[in-house]
Amino acid sequence: MRGLADAALLAVVAIGSVHGASALRQASWPRRSPAAAILLWQALGLAGGLAAVGTLVGLGLPGGGPGVVRSVLHLPTAFRVGGVFRVPVPVGAAGALPAVLMAFRLACLGAGLALLALLCWVLVASSVAAVHARRRQRALLTLLAHGDPKVPGALVVDYPTAAAYCLPGLRSKIVVSVGALELLGRGELAAVLAHERAHLRERHDLVLLPFTALRRAFPRSATCAEADRAVALLVEMLADDHALRALPARELVSALVRFGTAGVCATPNGALAAAEGEVVARVARLLQPVRPLPAGAVAAICLSAALLVATPITLLIV
Amino acid sequence: MLTTVNRLGELERAIMDVLWETDTALTVREVSARLTERNLAHTTVMTVLDRLAKKGFARRQRDGRAWRYCPSATRETYVAELMLTALDQTGDRTAALTRFAQSVSGVEADVLREALEVIEGDGGVDEGTG
Repeated sequence: MRGLADAALLAVVAIGSVHGASALRQASWPRRSPAAAILLWQALGLAGGLAAVGTLVGLGLPGGGPGVVRSVLHLPTAFRVGGVFRVPVPVGAAGALPAVLMAFRLACLGAGLALLALLCWVLVASSVAAVHARRRQRALLTLLAHGDPKVPGALVVDYPTAAAYCLPGLRSKIVVSVGALELLGRGELAAVLAHERAHLRERHDLVLLPFTALRRAFPRSATCAEADRAVALLVEMLADDHALRALPARELVSALVRFGTAGVCATPNGALAAAEGEVVARVARLLQPVRPLPAGAVAAICLSAALLVATPITLLIV
Repeated sequence: MLTTVNRLGELERAIMDVLWETDTALTVREVSARLTERNLAHTTVMTVLDRLAKKGFARRQRDGRAWRYCPSATRETYVAELMLTALDQTGDRTAALTRFAQSVSGVEADVLREALEVIEGDGGVDEGTG
């Protein structure tokens, strides 16, 4: 009954990942070491996804065989047309299985493979959508943006509201609105540029992509939405930390506060309203800096992340 | 290679600026006339206008033997499209852009304003690695 034991273990990992996500979201240590927290989020997402697929596929396969992946690869030979009814019977089953159990197994297998296909699909679709969106952005920037000595290396757009963002990719760009140029002083603008450059250098867009994809796969899942928001905030904190290496905290905080209190908010929908608390969290964190986690704790977190991902992979392959 | 791409982009912008500044649809010749300081060949202007039309930024209609070009939308429309998608007003984050900060309202705004007063009054913030 090894197949069933494997499926049970994978189910534990899958359910554990969801609970882990909830715990991580409420924890207070992530703001102390955002990079370690992001690693753990990535591990939870990957382990949870693999384990969920593995559980379903494992339930659908005959027990007593090799690991799930190898079983799936041998699937065509494992099923043989049996008897007058031409019903596929898995080799190794003791006699004919009751039809209900057979149906259950096939359903689980189908569901597992469908889930895998869904996860792969949303990842690809999100990447493609991102590439298209950026291409459109670049075309518009070519027509609308210009340089300005106040923000060397960045592009300026004639938009009255204070705004700044970065466009990741091979031909990355930092974009600042005229409203932001008028609102911020020299030091504050430098802080904004340093923050955005950190996003580009560290390819935070790639960190965010899987979580955007997950949200696309399960749009009504609160867990996926929370994971996405949590990682987005951590990524901002990470960029804040990088900006602090070059400039005093005062400039960055000042820039954040001016941005936060300047604009006219479009009527916030749920996603925007949630994002408001994040600016305050970043400012609070910068005003009263917390000690980063000790090296031992960070090492323990990295180890946990590795084990978390290794468990479903091992169960699937071995 | 990169300079060619940059130059082409620059030309597209210059020509779109001409189109946006004029109320009427212009022929290639009329656009060239408004860009005399750049010393552009007639064929260059024609090529760029053709590209802009194919990309959808310019519209054209036949007027006798010539084409007349006008912008597909105002500059403000494009600026709004650019900024609103970039700032992710849909909450979708399709382009996976990270914007510097959201603007806030209500209680959060008051908290931030207090923080600003503290900084400006203090003249300094606890330096830390965060």
